[in-house]
Amino acid sequence: MSDSQNQSLYAAREPVFPRRVKGKFRTLKWWIMAVTLGIYYLTPWIRWDRGPSMPDQAVLVDLADRRFFFFMIEIWPHEFYFVAGLLIMAGLGLFLFTSAAGRVWCGYACPQTVWTDLFILVERWVEGDRNARIRLHRQAWNAEKIRKRALKWAIWLLIGLATGGAWVFYFTDAPTLLNNLIHGTAHPVAYISMAILTFTTFFFGGFAREQICIYACPWPRIQAAMMDEDTITIGYRSWRGEPRGKQNVEGNGDCIDCMACVNVCPMGIDIRNGQQMACITCGLCIDACDSMMDKIGKPRGLVAYMALTDEARERAGLPDKPVWQHILRPRTILYTVLWSGIGVALIVALFIRKDIEMNVTPVRSPLYVTLADGSIRDAYDLRLRNKHSEDRWFMISATSPESTFVLQLEGTNDLKVKVPANETLEQRLFLIAPRDSAAAKAERTPVRLWIEDQGTAEQPKTDRVSKDTTFAGTGKPD
Amino acid sequence: MCAKKVTTKSEDVGTTGHQWDGIEELNNPLPRWWVWIFYLTVIWGLGYTVFYPAWPLISHATQGIYGPSERKAVDDDIAAWDAKNAEVKAKLVAADVNAIPADATLKDYAANAGKAVFNTYCVQCHMREGQGNPAKGYPTLSDNDWLFGGTMDAIVATVSHGVRNTTDADARNVGLYMPAWAENAAPGPMADAASAKLTADQIGQLVNYVLKISGQSADEAKAAAGMQLFADNCVACHGDGGQGNRDMGAPNLTDAIWLYGGSEAQLTATIANGRGGVMPAWSGRLSEGDIRSVATYVHALGGGE
Ligand code: HEC
Ligand code: HEC
Repeated sequence: MSDSQNQSLYAAREPVFPRRVKGKFRTLKWWIMAVTLGIYYLTPWIRWDRGPSMPDQAVLVDLADRRFFFFMIEIWPHEFYFVAGLLIMAGLGLFLFTSAAGRVWCGYACPQTVWTDLFILVERWVEGDRNARIRLHRQAWNAEKIRKRALKWAIWLLIGLATGGAWVFYFTDAPTLLNNLIHGTAHPVAYISMAILTFTTFFFGGFAREQICIYACPWPRIQAAMMDEDTITIGYRSWRGEPRGKQNVEGNGDCIDCMACVNVCPMGIDIRNGQQMACITCGLCIDACDSMMDKIGKPRGLVAYMALTDEARERAGLPDKPVWQHILRPRTILYTVLWSGIGVALIVALFIRKDIEMNVTPVRSPLYVTLADGSIRDAYDLRLRNKHSEDRWFMISATSPESTFVLQLEGTNDLKVKVPANETLEQRLFLIAPRDSAAAKAERTPVRLWIEDQGTAEQPKTDRVSKDTTFAGTGKPD
Repeated sequence: MCAKKVTTKSEDVGTTGHQWDGIEELNNPLPRWWVWIFYLTVIWGLGYTVFYPAWPLISHATQGIYGPSERKAVDDDIAAWDAKNAEVKAKLVAADVNAIPADATLKDYAANAGKAVFNTYCVQCHMREGQGNPAKGYPTLSDNDWLFGGTMDAIVATVSHGVRNTTDADARNVGLYMPAWAENAAPGPMADAASAKLTADQIGQLVNYVLKISGQSADEAKAAAGMQLFADNCVACHGDGGQGNRDMGAPNLTDAIWLYGGSEAQLTATIANGRGGVMPAWSGRLSEGDIRSVATYVHALGGGE
């Protein structure tokens, strides 16, 4: 049975007006904001020379040609495992950070947090600090309110536009696209993406804010599974602060109930209620409380980063565990090992992959074709990849311990094919086993197909790769 | 935070009364905008049924106000592709047929388009990748032996007009059969085509001769007798040594490729009862571009000349 049957099922959002605060965590957040936004907005403009006929954008997701460029690394669609690996690393990285230091991602680096922070900065600049904003919020619409709101929204929209703008630059050559955007000649998808991102940024950063974290984001709920009592989160030392009340009154704790911690909170919560789902552990309440404690001459740390185990120890009069003991636990060590294992594997994979590649698909319907002279012919569809930035000739050959084959390439009398620069070529290969040869009679014979890059004039014969496959014969011994 | 004092203490909202292992579920209210979104989705959903085909009626369903149709979308797509390919298709039709395989762009387009044509109109008989079906006399198109020729123009001619059909006057081999040589062969054009009537023994000798010239094991004595019979009755069509004659669509009997099978039983059936495969003419049903495309595809299956 519910003990709150008469309660409304829904409620209006209570607006949050975070007050300006100074302190070490606020400073840290400014820096992180500057760096992350800087990376986001500037990366598409970094140039990287890859030679002629190749894009010179350092980071480029080229959907049309299905290539991903990241500085010296170029990833083709069939190498998607790199992306999968990076995603797994990102996941494990989040696990690691969450189990060690709680919701640091949410508090410092999440785009929702960073952009909201930026939007609040604008809001404060236009409308003033907390009290001024509350007044403006309550006041009826007049010229002043219209002017301030319009200015604020205009700046927000500009930020949103820049956000969407930067996004599309990752997908095509940025300077060209900027030029096209300005002249109205860019692809409609670019405008549509920008419009969507402008709107979502404007709406999420300006209006939805903490609601995204509380109602829309699955991450806070998953995180709870990764945190334990050694995880560092934000805590309120209630044993020191309570009972809260006027300063210098006998029996009162250190908390003077000044509401500083509540007023600065971007999530609109009271940290003194203990850890709660809405808390993104951004540390602003710590800054607020510390500066208040400094003013009233009490020690800092009434609100502080601490772990649950510390609370029990402190209540028992013991000193806190050192931070490294909280962080170095089997769990975090395991995450680190997995994370770096995958990282090392990816780096190794990156360095051993070749610039030429071949995939072989044997044609299995029909298994073989009998030719006029009784020889048996199998067909193979080859996908040849040339990742060099100039055309290359590939020489094709086959080796087999048991048999020799006659090779034929469809459409040419040669055993060489030209694979255009930075492209994949499909080519059919025929292997012919002479009548009565072992391979013609056997059901299956292993074959190794080779491609040998003929190189360039300056650098002949550079590379060779092979793929194993089988030759299907008649399976009739005579 | 808020203009008001914080009120999100568990005592304020109460619980749902549910308890799991001592953990209680708070009865926090939903944000109001969430409820609005819910109503919006309902309106959106209703709107959907107005714009898209939805409500079932007795004989049909509502069509939606701007009448979107999957079929039309497909037709539009096809039209768009046709428009895109119009130029290369025109080139394909204008080009010299025999030069198509050497022209990379034409070949690339034709082989791909031809694959689609083949898999629509030809696989039923010639099977995937043209592997053929000897049980029914549908020839393998991927080997290097041809009844009528494996050059581009020969293939285009065969496909356009077909073989022994009644619909196309230019069909190959109209009225020209592998005769039925047995004395007791069923009457009909194949029996009429035979210049002589042969006994079962004589047919046995011919079978052994054919086995021998195609490099299979044969009864030498019978084969020797068959040689004379072959010279008397068969060389007119199959050529002196049995190498076949493309002008008459008479197969080469000395190679390893058979239209109807090379075993003793199969050869006996062929010689005794005659053969006459029929293939429809495609010129009326496929465009010249499609015929050239499918010919390019067949040509590239491995036996093109
Ligand atoms: C109804 C079955 C059937 C269909 C459908 C059919 N064919 Fe045929 N095709 C035959 C038969 C039977 C022959 C052999 C005729 C003979 O015995 O001389 C043949 C012969 C051929 C030949 C000559 C082979 C040679 O060795 O010279 C070609 C080429 C060919 N077909 C191509 C096609 C193409 C291309 C299509 C599709 C557009 C097609 N066929 C559809 C039954 C079919
Ligand atoms: C009038 C011309 C003609 C004469 C004479 C003729 N053949 Fe044929 N033969 C053909 C044709 C045409 C075919 C192919 C039938 C078809 O396309 O369906 C054929 C097919 C065959 C085949 C089947 C080949 C295969 O690949 O399955 C055999 C065997 C054969 N002939 C043997 C003989 C023998 C033996 C004689 C002499 C007794 C003979 N033919 C005389 C025209 C002739």
